[in-house]
Amino acid sequence: MKRYLTIATALMLAASSLLTAAPSSAQSKGEIVIGLQCDRTGATQIVGTVLCPGFHDYIALVNSRGGVEGHMIKAIEIDHEYKVPPGVESYERHKKEGAVTIAVYGTPHIYALTQKLTEDRIPGTSPGFGSAAAADGQRYPYIFPIAATYWSQAAAAVDFAKKHLSGGLKGKKIAYLFYDNPAGREPIEVLEDIAAKEGFQLKTFAVPPPGVEMGAQVLDIAQRYRADFVISHLFGGAPSVSIKELKRVGYPLKKVIGLVWASAEANIEGAGGFGVADGYYAMQFAGVGTDYPVLNEIREMYKKQGKPAPKEMASTVFYNRGVLIGALHVEAIRNALKAKPDGKITGVDTKNGFEKISNFTLGGLVPPLKITATDHEGGGLVQIWQVKDGKFVKSTEWFAAYQDVVAKHIKESGKK
Amino acid sequence: MVERGPAPPRRPRAPPPWRGLDMIHRECGVLKTTYEADMAFYPLPIARWTVAALAVVFFLVIPLSLHEYFLSVANLVWIAVIGALGLNILVGYTGQVSIGHGAFMSVGAYTAANLANRLDSPWPVNLLAGGLMAALIGAIVGIPSLRIKGLYLAIATLAGQLIIEWTINHVTFISGGVQASIEVARPRLGRMVLSSQRDMYYFLVFFVVLAIVGTMNLMRTRVGRAFIAIRDQDIAAEIIGINIFRYKLLAFAISSFYAGVTGVLYTYFLGIANYEQFQIGVSIDYLAMIIIGGLGSVLGSIFGAIFVTLLPIVIRYAMEAFGGVFFEPQTVLNLIPNLRLMLFGALIIFFLIVEPEGLNRLWRNIRSYFRVWPFAY
Repeated sequence: MKRYLTIATALMLAASSLLTAAPSSAQSKGEIVIGLQCDRTGATQIVGTVLCPGFHDYIALVNSRGGVEGHMIKAIEIDHEYKVPPGVESYERHKKEGAVTIAVYGTPHIYALTQKLTEDRIPGTSPGFGSAAAADGQRYPYIFPIAATYWSQAAAAVDFAKKHLSGGLKGKKIAYLFYDNPAGREPIEVLEDIAAKEGFQLKTFAVPPPGVEMGAQVLDIAQRYRADFVISHLFGGAPSVSIKELKRVGYPLKKVIGLVWASAEANIEGAGGFGVADGYYAMQFAGVGTDYPVLNEIREMYKKQGKPAPKEMASTVFYNRGVLIGALHVEAIRNALKAKPDGKITGVDTKNGFEKISNFTLGGLVPPLKITATDHEGGGLVQIWQVKDGKFVKSTEWFAAYQDVVAKHIKESGKK
Repeated sequence: MVERGPAPPRRPRAPPPWRGLDMIHRECGVLKTTYEADMAFYPLPIARWTVAALAVVFFLVIPLSLHEYFLSVANLVWIAVIGALGLNILVGYTGQVSIGHGAFMSVGAYTAANLANRLDSPWPVNLLAGGLMAALIGAIVGIPSLRIKGLYLAIATLAGQLIIEWTINHVTFISGGVQASIEVARPRLGRMVLSSQRDMYYFLVFFVVLAIVGTMNLMRTRVGRAFIAIRDQDIAAEIIGINIFRYKLLAFAISSFYAGVTGVLYTYFLGIANYEQFQIGVSIDYLAMIIIGGLGSVLGSIFGAIFVTLLPIVIRYAMEAFGGVFFEPQTVLNLIPNLRLMLFGALIIFFLIVEPEGLNRLWRNIRSYFRVWPFAY
């Protein structure tokens, strides 16, 4: 029985030491806090393990040059394993630490936090995920997609197909291969509208979670439906499987486009490498590759510290997205500080700061977004890159398409 | 209370002169002279004092002294406590396994969200309706339990989970659109809108008390004893006249009612019903809670819910405090989540090895050790 006493004492000791060791929320003066949600261990860890270091590296770069308007930036990262309760906890923690803006990560998380963010007046971003309707800044004043939503992505994919297929879209067959969850089904209504407008045939092929089995769907697309073009909207490990399966049934990959979460190096490598996926088109909301001034600056920063550049930089799609997200947050803070030089900015100021972002391109890594009080998406701009000769090669510049259709849907969902 | 039958023979006894010095922390023989004393929730004074003290702590000290952040953590714990209590009624007390509780929660959540948005009904109605709808669906999913047991039943309820997930995902009448999320306004109490974490704390703790008292009392009734009899040996239970069909389904219904209420509370807590918050992982988490806490005990459900919700947070605080001593900041960031998962797993194994019957048993052992302390023998 003695051991229980020992255990109890040990637990108490541990608890008391934790209480004393807990970091205090006091910050050095002038520091500005950004909350960062991450997923380095959960369902989407292939994104988180690369994207979050990109975010931190950009913040470190900004700080190494004296911060923003003389204020240092502190990014507090909390990993939520892609689970909602830890996401809620992390939000409250960020709020406690005084975050003026929060980079939310995960579609269920942005949904779960929408009401809280609005009540507490802290802007939260959902780049490339979350609800497309949140682009409506009037209805969701504190939610900022700050990148092309699924609606804009789907619209851009159709537009790309139109330019890619000779003779326009009339009478053509487009297959939409999607992950069967809300995020996967979100673009369907937009696609159907555009199909009616352009006169092409649209057929949807659902892949049930966890998305590792789609032999039947792919065979259907290639052999029975004989699609002229495939738009693939998959997540996690599913994009790799889709590329592999399409290749197996002999469907030409140069007639396939993956939306933004089906378009990273990790997805291509998972499918068997760049050689296998040759021809595959990938949609991006941040520039791809290593050839951007900001990335050179980050490498130089590491060099000055006598350290090698982090290995995450090699995975350019997600890393660059991390840089983009960090940069847009910093830019919003910069705008807020310009408006309030005393440095006492709140979430409301950063919200206004976000709404002033325009033509901030970071040397081509960030699209020329124009975020306004009504449009929190910033124009729905994407680039298309193609897998070619072992790397991603740019095939279009920043563009957006069918924004009238997207706007109509945003308006309609606002009425609900 | 009205005494039934002839009054028990009562030995006339003068009150002992040491009346005021009664043992407060343990029984000293069976000296109960009334039915009330025998039926008392807490037969010992120390237990009553503890409950009173805990009530003061949880109703006054914690909500009035802690920062909103800690209250938000407490709120997550409260929600988990109600769900764990419900699951324990089914798994711990009745011996029927369910991997479908996440889905039952979503049934409650979407019922309430739809009622709130379509009919504009007040939250008490939605809460009750969400619970009842979950109870109904739970009872239907529980029907296979009449023929199958153990792992087979687990798979049957797993099917229930997947079917419910699919249905919510695809039937827009229920899910309110392809995004499958329905925003819900904050609950109101008269004119007051409950929106801060402190308001939510009181809102939730009220239901936690109801759930605890409800479960404790349920297990003292005929129904509760029938559940336990079914768990211990269902054939024997049937032979002594327990209607297995009825009570198994009742266990599923009551347990799912708790789950449904959990879902509704979660919806009001977040302000949105979203099906991705109730996927299979949630069902597993709740099973983990009651197994770690202790099957078939109210206190165990509470311990388990606290353990599973708080441990990752505590580990992260510890890592943030000490991690920087050993590693570089960038490495720490990558290390924290991974090490947290490992430590979490290791601690679960540790506690289960130390006491396979869960934290509740551990607590009882500590208690009984101190009962006779320092005179162990």
